[in-house]
This record gives sequence, C-alpha cells and structure tokens, in this order.
Amino acid sequence: MSAFQPSEIQLGRIAYRRRQTVRSVLLAAASTAVVGVVLVLGVTGAPGWERVKRSFFDGSIAREYLPDILEGLWLNLRLLVVCTLAALALGLLIAVARTLRGAVFFPVRALATGYTYAFRGLPLIIVLYVFTLGVPGLRLEGMPSVLVLGGAALVIVYGAYLAEVFRAGIESVHPSQLAAARSLGLTYRQTMRHVVLPQAVRRVTPPLLNDVVALQKDVGLVSLAGPIDAVRAAQIATAQDANFTPYIVAGVLFVLLALPLIGVTDWVTLRAARRQSAGF
Amino acid sequence: MLDVAHLRKTFGTSVVLDDLSLSVDEHEVVALIGASGSGKSTLLRCVNLLEGIDDGVIRLDGEDITDPRADPDVVRRRIGMVFQSYNLFPHMTVLRNITLAPSKVHKRDAREIEEQAMEWLRRVGLEDKASSYPDRLSGGQQQRVAIVRALVNSPRLLLLDEVTSALDPELVGEVLTMIRGLKDEGMTMVLATHEMGFAKQVADRVVFLDGGRVLESGPPAQVLGDPVEARTRQFLARIIEAGRL
Repeated sequence: MSAFQPSEIQLGRIAYRRRQTVRSVLLAAASTAVVGVVLVLGVTGAPGWERVKRSFFDGSIAREYLPDILEGLWLNLRLLVVCTLAALALGLLIAVARTLRGAVFFPVRALATGYTYAFRGLPLIIVLYVFTLGVPGLRLEGMPSVLVLGGAALVIVYGAYLAEVFRAGIESVHPSQLAAARSLGLTYRQTMRHVVLPQAVRRVTPPLLNDVVALQKDVGLVSLAGPIDAVRAAQIATAQDANFTPYIVAGVLFVLLALPLIGVTDWVTLRAARRQSAGF
Repeated sequence: MLDVAHLRKTFGTSVVLDDLSLSVDEHEVVALIGASGSGKSTLLRCVNLLEGIDDGVIRLDGEDITDPRADPDVVRRRIGMVFQSYNLFPHMTVLRNITLAPSKVHKRDAREIEEQAMEWLRRVGLEDKASSYPDRLSGGQQQRVAIVRALVNSPRLLLLDEVTSALDPELVGEVLTMIRGLKDEGMTMVLATHEMGFAKQVADRVVFLDGGRVLESGPPAQVLGDPVEARTRQFLARIIEAGRL
C-alpha cells in the first residue's frame, strides 16, 4: 500500500474532485441560507404573525402545561410499548397461520385470512368504541379496565396490518431456501423458525417500523373512551387558556419519541446488511 | 440401496418423468446426463421427497419412502442434497449453516458438532471462513460449504444437482476434487451434471435421460464413448460441439 504512488492523471482527478466538493458545499450553504431567510421573513413578516405567535408559541403556557402533557405522554408510552409487542406477536402468529398447509389447518387458515380482511377494513375508531363502550356493557365478571380494552382494540387492528407485512416478508424468502432446509431434515416448524422467519423479519423491518410509528400516534385514541393521553391533555390545557401552545408542545414530544425508534431501526437494518454482504 | 421403479411425475400437463426406473448400489456413483428438461433435477428432487410423485415407487434400503404414511422429515435425514445455486442460509455464518441440522434435527451435542464441522472445514481448506457469512465467499467456496453442510448429517446417500453449473470455470475444479474425495471414501452418490469429463472420471455408471426415461445406462466409457442409442449420440455430438467434453 505505502509503495503506491498515484499517477499524474490520478492526482489531477483527486484535485478536481476536491474543488468540486468545495464548490458544492458552498452552493448548498448559500441556497440553504436563502431559503431560510425567505421562510423566516415570510412567516414573521406575515400580518397575523404576532397573534399566531401568541396563541401557538407561548413559552410560559408551554412551561405551565408541560407536566400535564408529559403525564399524558407517559400513558402513550406505556400503551405503545405493550401494544407494539402484543401486535407484533399477534401479527407474526397470524402470518404464520396463513402459511400453514394441510387440511387440518383449514379453519385456522380461514380464520386468519378473515381476520386480516376484516380488521384492515374496519376503521380503528369503530373498533375502539365497540371494545371500550360495547364490551363493558356485557357486565361480565372481572371485566378489565377501559384502558386495557382500548389497548386490545389497538392490538387487534394493528395486528392485522402487521400480519400482512410479515406475510409479505415470509413470501419474499426464496423457495430454494425452504428446499435446502427441508433437505437437511428440518421440519416445517424448524424451517420457519430458523430459516424463513429470520430472513423475512429482517427484510420487513422498515415497513414494520412504519406501522409502529403509526401506532404511536394512534394509541392516543384510547382517550376517546376516557383515559387522558398527551393529545387529550393538550386539548384540556388549550380549552383552559384558549391558547394552542400545548398542542405544539405535544407535537414536539411525539416527534422526539419517534426519533430513537427510527434511529435504532435504521442502525439495525444497516448493520445486518453490512454484515451479510458488500464484502466485495 | 436406492431403487426407483416406474416413477411418473407431471407438472400440469407436461410429463417430466415417465415410467422411469433406476437402481443404485451401495458405494456406487451414478451420473445423470441429458439435455435441459430431461428430468435430471426433478428425479433428484423426487428422491429427496421435495416433489410429490404421480406414480411409481422409490425405495431406500428396501423401505418405500413414497408411502404416504412415511414421514418425509425422517427419510430426508438419511439423504443429503446439494443444489445448483448452493442455497446456503444468508443470515447464518458458515459454521452455523453447517451445525444447524445436526443440532436441531439430530439433537447432537453442540461441542461435538462444532468440532466435527471445523474438522470438515479444515479438510476443504475453509477453516478461516467459519465465522464469515455466505455472501462473502466465492461460488466455489459456497458450494464446498453446502457439501459439508449435507455431509455432517452422515447421509446414506448424497444427491448432487448440477453442483458446478453456477460456478466460474476456474472454480469448478475445487468442487470436483472434493467430490472425487467423497467417492474414494465410498459415499453413494447420484449426481446430475453437464460436465461430461467429470462424469467420466468419477461415475461408476452414466445414465442418459431423455424425455423423462432412462434411454441408456452403462459404464462411462461405453455411454460417453460408444453410445448405442441415436439420441445419446446426438446429445453427445452437441456437447462436443460446445466444447464441454
């Protein structure tokens, strides 16, 4: 390596590329500055800016209601973690059930297929109402709280979406992989567990994450049945002072909540891709 | 040891194997040759029960493995198969590819399996690749790993489906050397191949398939050198034309 001396031509290329890089960085900086200035002037120079600023970006109101919103967010977070895990498990189970062959499994297959068709079509809000308002009406012994019922509604609806994502992943694994696994004597179960699912899940991680981020925003809908989440807390706060700042606070918190999730998945996907290939 | 009798296999309306019969003795190496679509691969896949059959019987050590009451998973433990495109598991290291079946199917001790796998990798000169992922290996290296993966289960019979067809010419040799070594150890093998030279060297018997039947069968020198059937001569003439013999 150390003995290698680039030729005149190569040195010329390197110098040219360096000049080009400097040029494009400067250009990007200039255009960003122009766009930024235009945006700031356009928004702050608008005739109604002072009023909008007061009703959406009021620092003292943000500070005042932050604890309430955070308390709501804590509910979102707990629901999110529990519902994500449950919906992923349910989705995976349904997806695998749909791949089962053999006459014995016909009812399982039919149920799983019917489930994904029905619950992807049903609006989440209707399922939520049925679960949180309808089910308690049965007055059964040991009826769980509205929060648990709402969570169950979320899990059932999102499980249907996730099942289809998992199924797409399972079907994307080439049949030759199955042939290889079966030829080694692995049973269908072992083949699924060790060969198909690990490859399937890795492939569909980005779309799975998409659904988890969507779920993160939808868990708040349980507030329709009573429990107070971050958005509901912001709504209450807004009603008290006739100021919309709490909504902005809640929005920022949601984005912050999503960032680590997105970051972790990108990292996991990248690491798997780098480990498996691109060695050449 | 392997006895295929009156085997019939169709895909929709096309008849791929038609009343095909073939016997393989213990320690025998049989090379299946024939044009694309003559049914070589399908025959191997049927023997490994990867394809259902439409008629006939396949016996392994006298046992009817095509009996619907037989458990295919148990039958496959006695048969190893190597594929044209290697089919290694891309999400597992080379070592894990090899140890998966012994640990999950044969429930053997993990340390013992690993030692055996490493011993095999040393024999084929790939011990430094044990913790690599398959995509980082060359085609020839991947195919050698695939052969080792089939061998650690100590199969009674090894099926090789065009194992060199996807390889660059200079990588074919390393795989063929390995298969020659297996023959010397007495492994019973059925191999589908386009490499006539290899069939000549390694096979005890060459079987020419045409239209889903065994058209001609005999010692390599006879079938490849002085074929009886006109179709065999035609096929070999084309192979020679293509410079593959």
